[in-house]
Formats: sequence, structure tokens, C-alpha cells
Amino acid sequence: MALQHTSSSAGGLIEPTARAQDGAPAPARAARRLPVQRDWPAWLIVAIQVGVLVGVIALWQVAADQDWISAFFWSRPSAIYATLKTFFTEGDAWTDIWFTFRSTILGFLIGTTAGSLLGLSFWWSRNYAAIVQPYVICFESLPKLALAPLIVLVFGIGLTSKIAVATALTIVVSTLTTFAGVKAIDPDGERLFYSLGATRLQVFRKLVIPACLPWIISVLRINIGLALTGAVVGEFIASQHGLGRAILYAGQTYDIALVWVAVLVLSTLSVVMYVAVGLLERLLRKGVRS
Amino acid sequence: MASPSKLRIDDVSMTFATPGGPFRALDHVTMEIPAGRFVSLIGPSGCGKSTIFNIAAGLQEPTAGRVLIDGIDATGTIGRVGYMLQKDLLLPWRTLVDNIILGMEIQGVPLRQARETALPLLRRYGLAGFERAYPSALSGGMRQRAALLRTLLFDTDVILLDEPFGALDAQTKLQMQEWLLALWSDFGKTVIFVTHDVEEAIFLSDEVHVMGTRPGRIVETLDVALPRPRLRACTTTPAFTALKERCLELLRLDQAAVGQAA
Repeated sequence: MALQHTSSSAGGLIEPTARAQDGAPAPARAARRLPVQRDWPAWLIVAIQVGVLVGVIALWQVAADQDWISAFFWSRPSAIYATLKTFFTEGDAWTDIWFTFRSTILGFLIGTTAGSLLGLSFWWSRNYAAIVQPYVICFESLPKLALAPLIVLVFGIGLTSKIAVATALTIVVSTLTTFAGVKAIDPDGERLFYSLGATRLQVFRKLVIPACLPWIISVLRINIGLALTGAVVGEFIASQHGLGRAILYAGQTYDIALVWVAVLVLSTLSVVMYVAVGLLERLLRKGVRS
Repeated sequence: MASPSKLRIDDVSMTFATPGGPFRALDHVTMEIPAGRFVSLIGPSGCGKSTIFNIAAGLQEPTAGRVLIDGIDATGTIGRVGYMLQKDLLLPWRTLVDNIILGMEIQGVPLRQARETALPLLRRYGLAGFERAYPSALSGGMRQRAALLRTLLFDTDVILLDEPFGALDAQTKLQMQEWLLALWSDFGKTVIFVTHDVEEAIFLSDEVHVMGTRPGRIVETLDVALPRPRLRACTTTPAFTALKERCLELLRLDQAAVGQAA
């Protein structure tokens, strides 16, 4: 509608009285076109993306070689590449990756499952939900990472404490999101079930769980990132293995190239897990419908 | 009227506590509905039509009075009557056939058997080809058909329909009314139908209860003595018009009374 007005004869909408008073025709309105953005072809976008990456790395290398930046603090791409090779051939790369991966996945699974069950449990009793809810919200607002030192003290420096930190980060998000799903259930849907003579268990299984599944699934990608953060922070505090420990150790010994290598590997691990959970999410969404 | 009453709403009153004092939603409502009848409730918003349904379906306990089904006290018990709410409430994660068997499934009928019962009905009543479709793929009229079939397949003698066609466009609504009448004569259920639409109420029913507000009560019961099967043409006959005039007058009087009270 708005487009038609601008392109049709100027002054078409002006009230007749206004025109009659002036006598003179209204000044012509500037013809304006709808701003249009043209999409570049996909290959061009990719080419530019690669170009930017290569450019930044090249600039970094040159800047370090020419002493524009301190190679001691920033390291240089060639050194990082050499360290990367050593890290995988002679170093603990696979041990560290496996350690961080395990604690992340276990924390993710435990936190997401327990949180979803907790959120669903609130459907059963409004009174119970009312009593527990303030505690959940308190725990949500609490910076869980601040508890990490305590968790490591309690659970030791092994894998368990990393799983616990990852669980602490993920459980609350799942709980609150699932509970939001429970609250979003149409009360008329429940009335329909009860009018058909359903038991509470039937309503729970056939209405509440399927209705909440999309909510539970929507948290998965957030939670995998949170679980990785939890695992790495746990390793920062005290650990014998893991990519987080590798970063901390390298930083403390001024091995900046190794810091970069560990960060790079960690990012790769993160992307791989994120993509995997994304695929899982799509699979689950399809499954939910049938 | 000689046949024994299928559903009896026996002197039912309902009072809700509100911040502004008690609100009388229903005041001594009595209804006697013989088996196989099609009865409509019509009235302005807030006259307690939906409350009657909730009480009849056992979803609310009345403050006073009883609900009798086949002469047996069924007050506050669920699963005795089929209840179709205004919204179709089809579950988006279930296919059409699996939505329709919901009532049977809850009653413990094996899935395979329930589907075998449902499939021919879907085909016969205008949903052929959509058996495995999800509700999101259906038009408003088809969704209402599905919701109604779900209510019928629950297999109770009495079904309550709460403004089932309220959200449909005029054309679809007329089609659905005729479809409903066909279904009703096939299944022989006792139907109570709530609507805002006077013409719809008269066209479908054997009997129209006109309700009033503050408190919610039945003002007058009109017998619709038009012959069946009814064709659309009957809506222009003098008998139909007279009934319609009377209904509208009763509703107008109630509105006027409310206006004076306010």
C-alpha cells in the first residue's frame, strides 16, 4: 500500500480543502524507489571470506617478522603451525582433546537430562513448583563459575569435577526452559484430555512431554557451548589433562604459540560438537512429529 | 417428550468468588434432554453456556445441583460425555488419524484397532487423503471436522459442542452445519450445541434454550417443529422466521435489562 502511494500521482491523498485554499498545485514529491539489496553469488562470498582469513594471517606473519608487533607476546603463524605439528606428534593433543570432550559431553548429557526432568516435574504439582521455583531462579542468577573452585575441592582434580561444573552450567537453562514449556501448555488441551477421561499420567505422557519436547530440544545448542565452558574453567582451576589445562600451562610458561594452538584445537572441538548437536536437533525435531 | 431423559441438568447453580463479591454464573438451571435430541443453547456472552458444559463434562463441580446421565448421578465425573471445545485442539505432533483416536486411546483401545475404526470414518466424512497429514496442513473447516470426529469416536451417547463453527467463514460454516446434521442422523447421538448464531441454532435443533445473563439462566425454551431432513430452503419459511424473531426478541430484552441494571 505504502509503495503505491509514493508512486501514484503526488498529492492524491491531500484533502480537497487544503488544495482549494492555496489555489497553487502542491509541490511535486521526489520520486523515490524502494531500496533493493542485491545478493552476491555464494562463491564470491566464500572467496572473500577465505581472502580475509588469508590476509589476516599473512599480515600477522609479516608484522611479526618486521618487528611491528612483539613476536614474544603475539607469536607468529609459522611458529604456531610448527607447535601444532609437535602438539599432535609428540605432545598430549589426543589425551587432552579426549579429556575435555568427555567431560563436556557427560556434563551436557547429565545437565540437560536432569534439567529437563526437573522442569517437567513442575507440571505435577503447582504447590511444589511454587516452593522450588525461587531456588531455581536464585541458582540461575548465581554466577555458577564462581562456584567452580568449590566444586573442584569437593569432587577432586579428576574428570568428575569438570563434569560437575559443566552440569551446573547446563542444568538450570534446561530446567527453566522446560518449565517455560510446561507453562505454555494450553489449559484447554488439558481440559480436552480430562473430558476424555484421561488420568494425570496419560496427560503427562501424551500431552505434556510431546508439547515440551521442542522446548527441551531448543536448549541443546546453547547447552553444548555452556558445557564446554564449564569443562574448560574446571580445567583452569586444577587439572592434569585437558585443553583448558594446556592453555593455562602454556600461558604460565610464556609458550604463546602453544596457547594459540590449544585455543585453535578447542575452537575446532567446539565447532564439531556444535554442528553435531545441530544435526541431532534436526533429527529429533523430525522424530517429534511422528 | 415421552422418551426417558438421557441427560438431566438438575437445578444446577454455580457461584464464583471474585474480588468484587460472589458472581452467580448459573442460577437454578434445569434441562431435560431426551435421547437422540439436538438441543441448542443460545445467549449473550457471559450467560454461563460454557459453564453448563464444563459442569456436564465433569470439569467443574457445581455449587448446587446435579448432573444425571441415564438417571444416574454423574456430577463431577469425567469421561462420560464427548466435549468439543471452541478450539479444535488437534495435537500438532500427531497425524490426523492419530488425533482422532485420542479418546479411544485414552480409554485403552489398542492402537491398531482404534485406527481401523477411525480410517473408514475419515474417508466417509470428507477427510479422505489426509489420514496421515499433520494438522498444520489442514484448512480450518477440515480441522473442525477432525475435532468433531474425535468427539464422536470417543463413543459416548451425549456430545457437547461449544461453538464449533464460531471461527469459520460464512460459506464453510453453512457446509459444516449440513455435514453435522448428516453425522448426527448417522450416529444418533444426543447433541447439545452452543452458539451465538440464532439462525444456526434454529436450523440445527429440535429445541433452542435461550439464556439470559446476570445471573446466567434459561429464559425460554423454544420448540423447533420444522420437519427433517432439513434443507437450507427452510430458513426462509414463515415458521423459521417467526422462531428467529422470537429468539432475537428474547436476546434483545435481556440486553435491555442488563443495560438498565448497569
